[in-house]
Amino acid sequence: MKNYIKYLLAGIFFGIVLIKSEVVSWFRIQEMFRFDSFHMYGIIGLGVVVAMISIQIIKRKNIKDMEGNAITIPPKDPKQVTRYIVGGTLFGFGWALTGACPGPLFTLAGAGYSIIIVPILSALVGTWVYGKLRPSLPH
Amino acid sequence: MIEFLRQPWPWYVAGPLIGLIVPLLLIAGGKMFGVSANLRHACAACVPGDIEFFKYDWKKSGKWNLVFVVGTISGGFIGGWLLNNPDPINISAQTIADLKALGISDFSGMLPSDVFNWENVASIQGIILMVVGGFLVGFGARYAGGCTSGHAISGLADLQLASLLAVIGFFAGGLFITYVIYPFIF
Repeated sequence: MKNYIKYLLAGIFFGIVLIKSEVVSWFRIQEMFRFDSFHMYGIIGLGVVVAMISIQIIKRKNIKDMEGNAITIPPKDPKQVTRYIVGGTLFGFGWALTGACPGPLFTLAGAGYSIIIVPILSALVGTWVYGKLRPSLPH
Repeated sequence: MIEFLRQPWPWYVAGPLIGLIVPLLLIAGGKMFGVSANLRHACAACVPGDIEFFKYDWKKSGKWNLVFVVGTISGGFIGGWLLNNPDPINISAQTIADLKALGISDFSGMLPSDVFNWENVASIQGIILMVVGGFLVGFGARYAGGCTSGHAISGLADLQLASLLAVIGFFAGGLFITYVIYPFIF
């Protein structure tokens, strides 16, 4: 379990940032989709830039992880197009309906919004149904 | 110090902090930041059925991430209770006006209590927003192979074309719901 404390701490950090930046707010997501504020775009945009620079440094300096292994990032299969467009759009439907993506769903549960258990359970059902239908879906 | 932390954090502070989670997890153990994979791990752990997609060693590949999510829930508790900002969120006046026109009146918390409450779960509106919405978050995330963290942050940062396609889908779907569907469900 000792090896997992770093992931617990990273998760706690993520949850605090999501709450304090109001990314978990249903209103902020509405504001984003209505293009009424730069807030969410600034967060996602700067998040991507910082992560991108970090990944480039890790790759170019061949930095190893704390367990001494080389860091490799598995590429997504670029030949599959349907799954990203169709799956992404379906996810977008859900994102706008619930006003939350998976990170915020869990964070809101911790913040005491008990009603969020409903979309969390539905998301688990959705995941399971995807697994069930996967062989017959176009990817 | 607590007073300072209780204020909402601006986007130019929060954005880089979220971005830093990517190298943090890579260096911690070569892990790729992505929250929705945990929904799959939870299915694989609890109700795998006889489904190929859930037949894998979830402990080996997913335990770290499930621990990460336990942390995220705890972070929500810390941020939402100990470092709670007592004031309403500073949403743009235009959004507030638009949402008021849809019938939203409570702007005090993270969710509009007019809609997201237990009495509303069984209404058509509640079912569409909470049950169907949640279902699509889970179904869509796995179909697309990731959610906002996995594609919009990690994938874009790694310059993956697939993630760009997924993020275009995220926004196309979100805009469609916001502009076309919302007027019908409020």
